[in-house]
Amino acid sequence: MSQVTSAETTNMGKAPSNLGQVGVIMKYTFLDYFRSRRFFILLVIALVISAILTGVIGYYRPASLMASSLGFYAGWWGMSATFVVALSGIFFGGDAISGEFQNKTGYFTLPNPVRRSSVYVGKWLASFIASTAILTIFTAITLANGLFYFGANVPYQFGESVLFAWFYLAAVLGFTFFFSSLFKSGSYSILVTAILFLFAFNLVQSLVSSLAQIEPWFLLSYGSQIIGNILTVPYPAHTAITSFGPEGRGPSFTTFNVGIPEGLMIMAVYFVVTAVLGLILFEKKEFN
Amino acid sequence: MTTRQPFIENYLPSLECQVLQDNVHSIEAVNLSKVYGSFTALSNLNLKIEGAKCVGFLGPNGAGKTTTLKMLTDLIRPSSGKALIDGINVHTHKRQALNSVGSVIETPEIYPSLTPREALGMIAELRGVKHSEKKRRIEEVVEEVRMSEWIDKRVGKFSKGMKQRICVASALLHDPSVIILDEPTTGLDPRGMSEVKDIVKSLKNKNRLIFMSSHILSEVADICDEVAIIDHGKLLVYDTLPKVTAKFSGGETVLEVGFSRPLSDGILRSTIPAISGVTSTERRDEMNVILRYNGTVTAQENILKELVKLDGGLISYRPATSALEEVYLNLISDSR
Repeated sequence: MSQVTSAETTNMGKAPSNLGQVGVIMKYTFLDYFRSRRFFILLVIALVISAILTGVIGYYRPASLMASSLGFYAGWWGMSATFVVALSGIFFGGDAISGEFQNKTGYFTLPNPVRRSSVYVGKWLASFIASTAILTIFTAITLANGLFYFGANVPYQFGESVLFAWFYLAAVLGFTFFFSSLFKSGSYSILVTAILFLFAFNLVQSLVSSLAQIEPWFLLSYGSQIIGNILTVPYPAHTAITSFGPEGRGPSFTTFNVGIPEGLMIMAVYFVVTAVLGLILFEKKEFN
Repeated sequence: MTTRQPFIENYLPSLECQVLQDNVHSIEAVNLSKVYGSFTALSNLNLKIEGAKCVGFLGPNGAGKTTTLKMLTDLIRPSSGKALIDGINVHTHKRQALNSVGSVIETPEIYPSLTPREALGMIAELRGVKHSEKKRRIEEVVEEVRMSEWIDKRVGKFSKGMKQRICVASALLHDPSVIILDEPTTGLDPRGMSEVKDIVKSLKNKNRLIFMSSHILSEVADICDEVAIIDHGKLLVYDTLPKVTAKFSGGETVLEVGFSRPLSDGILRSTIPAISGVTSTERRDEMNVILRYNGTVTAQENILKELVKLDGGLISYRPATSALEEVYLNLISDSR
């Protein structure tokens, strides 16, 4: 009769700490992402965006972008970085957790002595690294073009903007992981997050600020404006009212520009709240 | 269902007398229930299995088998009661409870871009298999499930049966003392089914506690030492296979006896019934006989000796699947 081994050890070794298991999940999930079709598709999208920008700017040399290096980075990076980040978040985070249920991969991983929180954090980190790889390639191409036109004169604001983009990536992934935990279908969670990031947030932001004249501090897309705003000198005024019609007597539209501390705060709150809620949902969810 | 309750109450204590010794491995459900709204998937299941044996877990679709196994592996939470492995609550102390457990629940999928070597590497690392052992151990278990030539191919291209084999390999990777299998041969071709059955049989010889659900009664009769039958979320019976079949066959145990040559009527009707303990014989076909007897394992051993002496080319001698099938169908129909 075999004897019961210590609860902490098996015949083959001792289970690593929770943190060690986070590392294991991260490593293998990243490997899965790295080899997946979605990584390749996202890479192609980032390269296509970069190629179009390179071609258009190289051919037309628009004055607004060519006037200064800051203008160049604002036009190139400020306009497209948030899109690339949102797309990465949707691609890698959209079904990260829901896929465990829908694709039944959770049945392979979770009956092992591993906490769900370790799986959640490990997959989040893998998504962050995979997204970072895409964002790094996009950043490198931006930088290469900037160096080509303006030499080594890279404005420090570009560095800050890149940093903010990574902050935004963390918040986006927190948010997509939340929706991924909410649904058991990967398709639903990807669709919902895609609609929110690519259409709904921007639409609500326009409606709320322009028509209701309320600062949309509750929207992540509003917080993400610091990525582009930091490249504008001087930094845009917090509130701008644009009136139309003769002598400005027509309808007026209010535009809000988020400040840097406020933008960072929005991103941090989104990241913390949605990541924690997503984790709680995942802990509660059952494999029925 | 209620008509069976006295039987269960009378029967379970006799099992508790079988406690073998301290520190044996155990799987235990204590008043374990699972309720989804108005639907009760499992109702106050009390079941303790321990030792080194293979226990078959039988029941019709929706009986609560997979629900029980999922609670034993923390894939779902109990509505009430406890699921214990080696006395440790699976839900509250998952890491400790599942450390010595290997399991295959339903038909798991593996990350499609990984190879079996990598997928099993992940499980090995999660379980803390020593680095020096990892490569050898992965190759061993992959060989055991006959997948060596696929070890470095991506799982995404595998058939369901191939994936199931890798999942069985992952359950064996850390040399577990307790193995929980949910219909392990589901999705496998006949050869695969036979191989997985052989694997489970070989595991029995390595002093493990195996708890295996199945729809296939012949599989359970062939592999398992004991059987637990549930329906409508309630345990109907749990005991050794011969005792369960005997209990529901008027105290008789039913055996299937196979010969390599056609058996004469004289032997069938006179010689075999004359063996001590044998109560009846029934010809199944020219070379196979259904034999009923009263008595213990000693009687069974004696009957085997006598059958060998007949010089009729005895080639098989095992508890009858049909008997288990009879018991199963009786119990299930009574509970409905």
